[in-house]
Amino acid sequence: MIYEPSVSAAVIFFLFVGITLGISFWLGRKATDSKGYFAAHGQIPWFVNGVAFAGDYLSAASFLGICGMIAFYGYDGFLYSIGYLAGWIVALFVIAEPMKKLGKFTFADALDAKFNSPGIKLAAGISTLAVSIFYLIPQMVGAGVLVQPLLGFPHWAGVVIVGVTVILIVVTAGMVSTTWVQFIKGTLLVIFSAILTLMLLAQGFQTATGGNDKYSFRTFGPMSEELDEEAIARQLNATVVAPDGGWAKTQVRGYVRFQDNETGRISTWSYRSNKAADIAEGADVFLDEAQTVGSDAARNVLVNGEIKGKEKGEPELHPVGHISKLPGGVDKTGPVGPLSFFSTLQESEIVLWGNQKVKEADGTTTTVYFQKPTPGSRVLRPGEHPKFKGIRSDNFIGKLNFLSLMLALFCGTASLPHILIRYYTVKDAAAARKSTIVGIGTIGFFYVLTLYMGLGAMTSGGMDVTDSNMAAPLLARSMNEWLFAIISAIAFTTVLGTVSGLILASAGAVTHDLMSSYFNIKMDDHQKVRVAKIASVVVGTIAIGLGILFEGMNVSYLVGWAFSVAASANLPSLVMILFWKGVTKQGVITAVVVGMVSSLGWILCSADSMEKVFGMSASDAIVPFGQPGIVTIPLGFITLITVSLLTRKPEKSVAV
Amino acid sequence: MQTRNTRMGIILFAVYLVLYGGFVLINTFSPESMEATPIAGINVAILYGFGLIVAAFIMALLYGFLCDSDDGEASSTEDDQ
Repeated sequence: MIYEPSVSAAVIFFLFVGITLGISFWLGRKATDSKGYFAAHGQIPWFVNGVAFAGDYLSAASFLGICGMIAFYGYDGFLYSIGYLAGWIVALFVIAEPMKKLGKFTFADALDAKFNSPGIKLAAGISTLAVSIFYLIPQMVGAGVLVQPLLGFPHWAGVVIVGVTVILIVVTAGMVSTTWVQFIKGTLLVIFSAILTLMLLAQGFQTATGGNDKYSFRTFGPMSEELDEEAIARQLNATVVAPDGGWAKTQVRGYVRFQDNETGRISTWSYRSNKAADIAEGADVFLDEAQTVGSDAARNVLVNGEIKGKEKGEPELHPVGHISKLPGGVDKTGPVGPLSFFSTLQESEIVLWGNQKVKEADGTTTTVYFQKPTPGSRVLRPGEHPKFKGIRSDNFIGKLNFLSLMLALFCGTASLPHILIRYYTVKDAAAARKSTIVGIGTIGFFYVLTLYMGLGAMTSGGMDVTDSNMAAPLLARSMNEWLFAIISAIAFTTVLGTVSGLILASAGAVTHDLMSSYFNIKMDDHQKVRVAKIASVVVGTIAIGLGILFEGMNVSYLVGWAFSVAASANLPSLVMILFWKGVTKQGVITAVVVGMVSSLGWILCSADSMEKVFGMSASDAIVPFGQPGIVTIPLGFITLITVSLLTRKPEKSVAV
Repeated sequence: MQTRNTRMGIILFAVYLVLYGGFVLINTFSPESMEATPIAGINVAILYGFGLIVAAFIMALLYGFLCDSDDGEASSTEDDQ
């Protein structure tokens, strides 16, 4: 799609970022010693801390990734919402109080409270860095995605803007300002998501034949002896293009291309048999107009057979997302309630879009986006997303992948270093508990809204078929331009809030766990803060690089990975230290290292990395499924227990 | 560390684990059951999913009410300075 940067959007955007930065400078001016810099003197009120939890946690992945996944595939994206929230239960009921009691600045403090071992600090510090950097990738990708349509900058510019802004926030002020940025952002995100949801309900549903650029996608059929490809070509005043290159192979999957007799433009159509799609009885076959993105010999981007334009009105992909049938055959429902929102969709038919890459004879690749009219009952059930299809097959590996992801989400939250450090910003365990409860309320409410926003986006007519991450802002734009600007700005501050938390966690790990504890470098308070600031700049720069590298991956899936690494590396030690007296320091060190290395290694060897990171074929993957959690989390526990038993000292010297 | 709050946390955690585990296992091994529409034309997937979110909040509140306010050793964090 062509995104036209609007002045109003840019003004609101810079206003938001400016105010956020202003607040952070103003509040952070007092935080000069290390306790103030890393833990805000432990003086953050519990309610503010609770909302800041939400601001810290509800990252670009929640807002952009989950909404996008729901908008493109239906219910499956909501599984992430459920898993992310469930993780907070682990955090509250198991981890929160001991964390607060044991630690001071970093999560390594808590692990090490009993042993006072530099080795543990080193392992935990490195794992904090690994998890935080991994988690930073999707945030930065999200930032790039946002800035593109809003300000018309390319992806890399968005990543750089976020990177630099966050480095500024963290370097100038540390935890105090980070907390307030997260508090403001958490509040705004929840309020405006609620407004968006109310507007969706008030608007209700209507049927359409295309997106909100008023373009109607055409369909021929059912095909019969009188209506075949040649007959359609005559109707379109076009000629059937002989399938060459990869198109010959896709004939079975069913595409036909017509070349317009006058303009020479090639349009692509996809076959659809409603028997295979189990929509109705009978085997009627239809031909639907598809959309394509490819390139010509001169490397111009081609959309739907024409060179992509640069401004409005020139050739571009049509926005999509429409309902083809509403229950009772009506065209419009009028306002719907929060429950009838779902029961109406359940009975409707919604046009989703699939995509397939086709190699052209000249070596270029064309991506075909084709219509998939889907009954609402399927949209609202789990297992439609390619990553979740496994649960509907008899293939056990697919089911295992799903279990593995849900386990990682459940265990990951309580092991995320940037969430854990938030426990040190309040004054005592009771405040830690209360702020977690506020956090769960805020986050849970927001996650309920994601299902409305995602499904609303799906049927809003404003979706960009090429980019699922843009669903929520585009939904806002389908309503009005101001809302779009506000939602985009909030999404952007969302990225800011989370990224600052992550960078701060990394800086803390470098300063306390690595420099001060492991390398035993004596530093006074001011030096510590200075080291942390330098570390922030370095980590921020790395994050900028990775954000540019990973452009185009769905941010929610990336976050799933970060959770896996966090859960595998950190959770076994956190939990076992709390509940088993036999833990030894060697056990903790090996468990952290094994959990981190195995989960990272698994991810790098998975089909997704092979395909999207290394540009190799998915079949080169060494591991059977993408999500490591179900293997590497138990592996972490087993390692910890085994090594602890092996290195256990004779009975008497146990008491240290 | 086996204080009253810890025990309470573990019990509530176990309850939630059963709820969440049930949801995940039904999704994995019997995804068809998620399609039934028992109440108001809304399917089990949405009802159970919303249920899990609401349950998390209610249980969090319950935990907050049941916990001792400072558990006797809550302010120990300042000791080491």
